[in-house]
Amino acid sequence: MTITDTPPGGDTVVAPTETTSKLGDRIFGGISLGAGILILVTLAAVALFLFVEAWPTFGADPGEFNESFVSYVAPLLFGTIWAASLALLMALPLAVGVALFISHYAPKRIAVTLGYFIDLLAAIPSVVFGLWGIAVLAPILSRSVYPWLEDNLGFLPFFAGPASTSGRTMMTAAVVLAVMILPIITAISREVFLQTPRLHEEASLALGATKWEMIQQAVLPYGRSGVISGAMLGLGRALGETMAVAIILSPANIITVNVISNQNPNTIAANIALKFPESAGLSVNRLIATGLVLFFVTFVVNALARRIANSGFSGADG
Amino acid sequence: MTVTEQRPTQHASSITANRLTRVQTGAVLAGAVVVGALSWLPSGSPNWARWIIVGLVSYCIGIYVVSRIVEGRRQGLDRLMRAVVTSAFAVVAMPLVSLLWTVVERGTNRFDVAFFTDTMRGVTGAEGGIYHAIVGTMIVTGLATIMSVPFGLFTAIYLAEYGHGTKLAKAIQSMVDVMTGIPSIVAGLFAYAMFEMIFGPGTRSGIAGAVALTVLMTPVVVRSSEEMLRLVPNELREAAYALGVPKWKTIVKVVLPTAIAGIITGVVLSIARVIGETAPLLVTAGLAQGVNWNPFDGRMTTLPVFTYYQYVQPGVPPSNGQDRAWAAALVLIIIVMVLFTVARILSSVLKPKGLR
Repeated sequence: MTITDTPPGGDTVVAPTETTSKLGDRIFGGISLGAGILILVTLAAVALFLFVEAWPTFGADPGEFNESFVSYVAPLLFGTIWAASLALLMALPLAVGVALFISHYAPKRIAVTLGYFIDLLAAIPSVVFGLWGIAVLAPILSRSVYPWLEDNLGFLPFFAGPASTSGRTMMTAAVVLAVMILPIITAISREVFLQTPRLHEEASLALGATKWEMIQQAVLPYGRSGVISGAMLGLGRALGETMAVAIILSPANIITVNVISNQNPNTIAANIALKFPESAGLSVNRLIATGLVLFFVTFVVNALARRIANSGFSGADG
Repeated sequence: MTVTEQRPTQHASSITANRLTRVQTGAVLAGAVVVGALSWLPSGSPNWARWIIVGLVSYCIGIYVVSRIVEGRRQGLDRLMRAVVTSAFAVVAMPLVSLLWTVVERGTNRFDVAFFTDTMRGVTGAEGGIYHAIVGTMIVTGLATIMSVPFGLFTAIYLAEYGHGTKLAKAIQSMVDVMTGIPSIVAGLFAYAMFEMIFGPGTRSGIAGAVALTVLMTPVVVRSSEEMLRLVPNELREAAYALGVPKWKTIVKVVLPTAIAGIITGVVLSIARVIGETAPLLVTAGLAQGVNWNPFDGRMTTLPVFTYYQYVQPGVPPSNGQDRAWAAALVLIIIVMVLFTVARILSSVLKPKGLR
């Protein structure tokens, strides 16, 4: 193996002195290269195995299921994107607020602790969030929020009702998802807010800007692309989130934007988790096919996120 | 950013004449607390969520109106945004505090010795425990760690030390990014599909779960290790080469020991990430009532899957299973917190002198 990141010559001096070290280099370098290539193989294998296992669904006798694959997956796909978008809508403003609080408002010492706290939250298992959502949040929302929404905002299709009394609604699931993706968006936003050039901030303040005006002029434009890519990563996480939704939602095979009723479109991931343990034969293949669809959707979202992130944190263009 | 706090303090000047004092802002806060209290007082019992939310909203409105009248439009907006940002933090903290409180409160119902030494075999009442689930989690997570750490570490070594800048390295890097974004349930389906092809339909085993977790864990290990390897100063490598040390020995004896603190921290954090994964284990390892020490044969219960099933299929009366579910959730959170603390301590203890 050649050394690419050191000045030429270092290797040529060393290499001939010992034949065993040459062999050692070759083995070690070979293992490293092999591990790298294995990453590519693994990813190809994920796509391949899913595709092979999903294939029988598409070639299946139409009479096997009551509905075609497209009409099976459509409500699930809608539910997945709907739940994730709602969660993002709720989480994004809060996450930016919390990130600003940690990066620019909180005293430094507290800010470090809060950063650690936020990281810890990202690791709380989703099944625990699910338990909390169904046992604590759902009763609260169905008791004091959903009836109010139905009475006062019922003219909007989102709150048409009838309001669920169990609280196992799309809204509850979306709130829990929002809490779950908050740490991710917050962590990334805080990171870029902290990277704002000090001179930009001081120039703004020196011109007499208040703190909020400084943030508007210097911090937010600079951190914008970072916030967007953080939001996309959070969206990707919400799309694939399984257990919290599986525990909370009471699913039905429909497409609706009504978020407070008992009739909710399920998400792909939650549908797999609920049906997989009891499935056999072609149903398994069909569930794997929906998994493939989910894989594709998250792949697109994550690719977009990386593209935005790679376009650079340029704040100069305002 | 410190400039706003250090405003000139010449007394009686026009600069301080129309500024709110601490006492005045304190009065607005006190007013908001009272308004918040009024929102639940008629019903008689304290409603913390309502108190906090109504209080925050009225503080934001109050401070804006007062400041706008006394200090002007720009200062008013500044105070409003400060209040809003701080409120955002308070609003986010609420569900999290509630979650931790609930898990601790309900989890302690069954947090006894028998809970850790019993399994669920033949259990119909309130007894039963998580011994089998702890064994399963240890085996599955352990196997996943054994597979993903060398895999991830060598990939990171390739990316940082060998293939730096090459086309292959760039391809691997972007594929690692793709792998990071794989939903956990998809990783589980992959492992299921793979083992179904080898061992036939309906197979459930611990090793399949470990493979699923490996897919989730490896990219995390690669990312963190690569970052740590890149932080190692190039002078160290050059010094080793100048002494005639071959490249692989330089990596093993110089680069890795320098980066080891960060690498171990990254590994521990990645374990904390996957130890609570439920969905991939639900479809691969399944659920068993007793202890299964053999990851290659038969279903194997893990803690998150145990938690899930105890809650959704709690038995009669439901409180039995639900108590077990909450206690298992508490165990999970404690494990994650311990891993986080361990990672933190390790990173400071193992940090080599001279490298900050």
